[in-house]
Amino acid sequence: MTVQLPGSPHTSPVPALALRGLAKRFGGKVAVDGISLDVPAGSFYGVVGPNGAGKTTTLSMATGLLRPDFGTAYIHGVDVWAKPLEAKKLMGILPDGVRLFDRLTGEQLVTYAGLLRGMDRDVVAQRVGELMAALDLSGDAGTLVVDYSAGMTKKIALASALIHAPRLLVLDEPFESVDPVSAANIRGILDNYVASGGTVIVSSHVMDLVQRMCDHVAVVAAGRVLAAGTVDEVRDGATLEDRFVQLVGGGNQTGGLEWLRTF
Amino acid sequence: MVAHLLSLKWRLLLNGFRRSPGQLVGIAIGGLYALGVVATLAGALVALRWADAETAHTAVVLGGAAALLAWAVVPLMASAADMTLDPSRFTTSAIPMRQLLTGLALAGFIGLPGLSTMIVALFTAATWWRSVPAVLGALLGAVLGVLSCVVLSKVVTTATASLAASRRFKDVSSIVVFVPLVLMGPIVAGVFRGVSSSTGYLPELARTVSWTPLGASWSLGGDLASGDVAAAGLKALIALATLLVLFAGWNALLKRALVTPPYSGGSGKRGGKLGLFGLLPATPTGAIAARALSYWIRDPRYAASLMVVPLLPVIFLFQSGQSGSYSMLVILGPLAAFILAWSIAADVSYDNTAFALHLATGVRGIHDRLGRALACLVFALPVVLIFAVGPFFLTGEWGWLPCVLGLSLGVLFTGLGLASIVSARYTSSVPLPGDSPFKKPPGNVAQTLAVQFGGMAVLFLLVLPELVLVIVQSVTGDPLWGWINLAIGTVLGVALFVAGVRIGGRWLDRRGPELFAQLSVNR
Repeated sequence: MTVQLPGSPHTSPVPALALRGLAKRFGGKVAVDGISLDVPAGSFYGVVGPNGAGKTTTLSMATGLLRPDFGTAYIHGVDVWAKPLEAKKLMGILPDGVRLFDRLTGEQLVTYAGLLRGMDRDVVAQRVGELMAALDLSGDAGTLVVDYSAGMTKKIALASALIHAPRLLVLDEPFESVDPVSAANIRGILDNYVASGGTVIVSSHVMDLVQRMCDHVAVVAAGRVLAAGTVDEVRDGATLEDRFVQLVGGGNQTGGLEWLRTF
Repeated sequence: MVAHLLSLKWRLLLNGFRRSPGQLVGIAIGGLYALGVVATLAGALVALRWADAETAHTAVVLGGAAALLAWAVVPLMASAADMTLDPSRFTTSAIPMRQLLTGLALAGFIGLPGLSTMIVALFTAATWWRSVPAVLGALLGAVLGVLSCVVLSKVVTTATASLAASRRFKDVSSIVVFVPLVLMGPIVAGVFRGVSSSTGYLPELARTVSWTPLGASWSLGGDLASGDVAAAGLKALIALATLLVLFAGWNALLKRALVTPPYSGGSGKRGGKLGLFGLLPATPTGAIAARALSYWIRDPRYAASLMVVPLLPVIFLFQSGQSGSYSMLVILGPLAAFILAWSIAADVSYDNTAFALHLATGVRGIHDRLGRALACLVFALPVVLIFAVGPFFLTGEWGWLPCVLGLSLGVLFTGLGLASIVSARYTSSVPLPGDSPFKKPPGNVAQTLAVQFGGMAVLFLLVLPELVLVIVQSVTGDPLWGWINLAIGTVLGVALFVAGVRIGGRWLDRRGPELFAQLSVNR
C-alpha cells in the first residue's frame, strides 16, 4: 500500500487538518483503509472520489462525528479524539445526509448553532442577519426549514457552520442541489474566507468545480488516497476529470444502447 | 388499460407483502381483523333475515349511510391513506380520462377496505332473502352503494390532495386524529346510551335518510320486500344520480389535478422573530431549552403526546361519573407526572441525525441534558401541580393532598432525571422527523421495548419510598405521613434529577459519537 503524502514545500509547520492512519470498518466492509493526509493552513482543499469511496466516512472521523477504529485527526495541532471540545471550536462542519432541526425557522436554526457554541446574543444576532443576506435567504428567514427547498437547506446548514468564524471549514458536498447563482455566491464567500487565512475542505464529485475552485486536491477511492497535492501536481497536465478516471479506473464503456439512435 | 391499472394495483399489493416479514405480519393481522369485522357484520345481516322488516330496514340503511360517511372521512384523517394509485403519478402517461376513472374506481376494490365493504354490502341480499325482487333490489343497491363509497372517497381525496400535501395540514390532522382515539371509551359509551335511549326515533331517521343520497341505495331491498315499488324506483334513481354526480365531480377534479401539481410550501416569511430564542438566556442550556420547547409546540410527534394530557381528566371524570366516586381522580397528578417526565426518554431519538449539530458544536453533555429537562419542566410542573391539587376540590379529602403532591413531584423529578440518562445512552425507534406520530417507526422494536420497559421498572424502584409512604398513610390514616412524603418526594426527586442530568451529561460527553452512530442507523 503506497500512500502518496502531499509533499508540497509550502506547507506551513502546523497543518489545518492532519489525518494520521484513519481507518474504519463497518461490519465486514472496510470503508476507510488507513488514510493519512495533510491539509495546509490557508488552502482550498478538494476531496474527490467515486460514490462509496469513503469521503463522508473520512470527513466524519476527521470532524469528531464518527469514532475511528484506528488513527486520529489533528485540527491545527489539536487532537480531535483526545480534546474534542477544543478541536470543535476551531472548525465549522457541513455534514452530508444528516437532518437539521427543521421545525425551527432558518433564522432560529442559525441562532441556535451560534448559541450552542456559547456565543454572545448580540454577536449572534448581527452575524445571523449578515449571513442570511449573504446567502440570499433574508426573504425566507422566518420560514420553517422543513419548508425550504433542498438548495436552501444546504445554504442554511452552511450558515450554521460559519456562524462562529471557524479557522477550518469542512464541507461535505456543499454544492449539491444548490442553484448556480447561489453556488457562485457561496464560492465567493469561501474564496474571501480562504484569502483572509481560513482553510476550506470540500468533498465533491464534480471535477470541473474542484479544478476551478480548489488549489489542492486529494483523490480518494476504496478507502485510500490515490493521489494528493496541489491541483496542478495531481492533474499533471491533463484535466482533473481525465486524470481522475485514469486513477480510479473503470473507464467509460460507451458501447451498446444503439437503439437510442434509432428513434 | 383498465386491466393494466387493476394489475398494477394488484402487483403493488403483492409487492407490499414482499418488502419484509414484518410487513407481512402486519397485513396478516390487519387481514384477520378485517375478516373478523366482516364475519360479524355478515352474520348480523344474515340474522336480520328473521327480524321484522322495519328493524332490518333501519339497520341496513343506517349502517350503509355510516359506511358511506366513513369512506368520505377516514381517508382524510389517515395520513397513511392509500396513495399507491395517486392520480398525479399518471400525469406523464397519457391515459384516456374515461379509462383512468374506471380503472382507478375498480382498483379501489383491491385492498382490505374495498373488499370488506363489498362483501358486507352483498350480504344485505341475505337480509332481504324474502322475495325475488327484494334480493335483486338489495344486490343492485349494494353495487351502487359500494361504488358510491369508493368514488366518494376518491372525490374527497382528490379535492383535498393539494391541501393534504401541505405540511401544515398533515401536522394538524395527525394531532387532531388523536382526540377521538384517546376518547374512544367515552364516545362509544355515549353513542350506545344515545342509541338505546332513542330506539323509537331510529326508524323515522332511517326513513328520512333513505330518501337522501346517503341511504337511497341501501333502501332498495327493504322497499321491495315491503312491496313499495314506486319508492324503490325513485330511490334507485336517486342512488344512480348520486353515483353519476360523484363520477362527474371526480372527473372534473381529476382533470384539474392532473394539470396542477400539488402546491408545496408557503410564501417566504422574513425573519426578525426569534421566538423563544430571544426570551430564554443566551447560553447553550437556554438555547437547547428554547429549541426543545419550540419542538413541543411545532412537531406533531411531541404535540401528539401533549394532546393526551388535557384529555386525561376527561377520561377520568367520565369514569368517575359512571361509578359515582371521585376517588380515582387523585391518580391524575402522579400519572401526568409520569407521562410528561417519561416523554423525554426518547428525546435524542426524536432528534434523529439532527443531533449532529449538538455533536459538531461541542455542546457539553450536561447543558444538553439540562436544557431538555428544563424545557419539559416548564410546562410539566404547573400541569402536574394542577392535576394533583384539582381532584381534591371534588373529593374534599384534603388530608391526602400533601401525600399525593409528594408522590407527583417525586415521580416528575425522578422521571426527568432517569429519562435524561436513558436518552443519553439508548436509542428507541420512534417515528422519523416529519412522519406522522402514528407511522410505524423503523428500527429495532425489541430494543425499544427493552429500553422503555426496563426504564419504567427502574423508575418504579426509584419512587418506591414515595409509594411506600402512600401505603403507610392509607394504613395508619395519619396525614403526618403525607407531609413526610411531600418532603421526601421533593428532596429525593430533585436529588435524583440532578444526579440523572449529571450522569446523563457525562455519558453523552463520552459516548456522543457512538450515540450518533446508533441514530444514523434509523434515518
